[in-house]
Amino acid sequence: MDKPIDRRNFMKLAGLGGVVFASGLAGCAHMAGSASDASNEDFFFVQLSDSHWGFEGDVNPDAKGTLKKAVAAVNSLEVQPDFIVFTGDLTHTTDDPRERRKRMGEFKEIVGALKVPTLYFMPGEHDASLDRGKAYQEFFGQTYYSFDHKGIHFVVIDNVSDPSASIGDEQLAWLAADLKPLADDARIVVFTHRPLFDLYPQWDWATRDGDKAVSLLMPYRNVTVFYGHIHQENHHMTGHIAHHSAKSLIFPLPAPGSQPKRLPLPWDAGQPYRGLGFREVTAKPVRAEYTLVEFPVQKG
Amino acid sequence: MRTYMTNVFRRRLLTGAAGVAGLGMLGTLGFAQSGERVIKVVAKKFDYTPATIELAKGETVVLELISMDVTMGFNAPDFHVRTDIVPGKTASVRLTADKTGKFEFYCDVFCGDGHEDMGGVIVVT
Repeated sequence: MDKPIDRRNFMKLAGLGGVVFASGLAGCAHMAGSASDASNEDFFFVQLSDSHWGFEGDVNPDAKGTLKKAVAAVNSLEVQPDFIVFTGDLTHTTDDPRERRKRMGEFKEIVGALKVPTLYFMPGEHDASLDRGKAYQEFFGQTYYSFDHKGIHFVVIDNVSDPSASIGDEQLAWLAADLKPLADDARIVVFTHRPLFDLYPQWDWATRDGDKAVSLLMPYRNVTVFYGHIHQENHHMTGHIAHHSAKSLIFPLPAPGSQPKRLPLPWDAGQPYRGLGFREVTAKPVRAEYTLVEFPVQKG
Repeated sequence: MRTYMTNVFRRRLLTGAAGVAGLGMLGTLGFAQSGERVIKVVAKKFDYTPATIELAKGETVVLELISMDVTMGFNAPDFHVRTDIVPGKTASVRLTADKTGKFEFYCDVFCGDGHEDMGGVIVVT
């Protein structure tokens, strides 16, 4: 990464190979809930996902370098985001608890090189499902939580610490209580790892009780979900709620149901890092709109 | 080896439970009804044996599943059938092959590196 990616190049990339995707409802006449409490200025954040630190395999011969390249790419942005969110599978799973912690420590050290000081994490099943999030919490803290930023209420949902891919009644009760004070036109963004809807259950691309979380969110008019897990972009609506999955930083997976097996797409030496990348999200709280721009790990 | 009388007794006991459980999930007791074929499936990291289950259209079978190592899942979404498979216990599900084709089943309880590849296919002809 020799040159910084400036805002103009963002849009050029989007126009050539990326996607600009507006999500949410536009043109609200007034603000309510947390949206009225902050400056409501436009801002942007970056979503990184599925780095699977510790993975080794032919589908990514640069497995030890890809995350570092992504960190460098984000650091090269001319304007730094307000925060960066990692939507799970920070590390690749291992049966060895010591190795799991080693990978988490290494991951944390690598992303510690990011210029942006505000980082939000959540686990993927590779991080948390074999020990119900024990090691993850030692390194990264709570697996579900919420925070507010410039008029938007952000909610992080953990649908992986239970190895059966359930959110669970306890967390759902917390979610209900967390949402309760909000006005029905509050701006709400959800971060999670697995899709909250049945994207393709045959490949385990679902959350067993995700419909319960969606039901709790449904009364709110301005809700957008960002998730990972499926190693590719996917844009889906459940009613008025938009769901956007992110690319991976280790290997891409095929489109849902497009081939018999959910096998990673092979590495293309002619186009290294194809299908990998990260996302910038420009949030416009006043209009409850989000503009998505996809970035490659490495400029081609 | 179960006797016919034992099967009849179990069937009576389980008739109510089956109605409550719904969706083909019928607990951990073996319970094949008279004339139903029982297919034993062994799960271990990270495969099922057999990985291909061949059925005739219209046939109702009972799958008796065991795990050799950790807790696994068995999910055949096209037939709305799923169960956990806990080591040391037999999990049983009833499945009716009501359509022809090839239908995937998979492990839906994360069990380690290789979990994503753990699955099989039900072939109905």
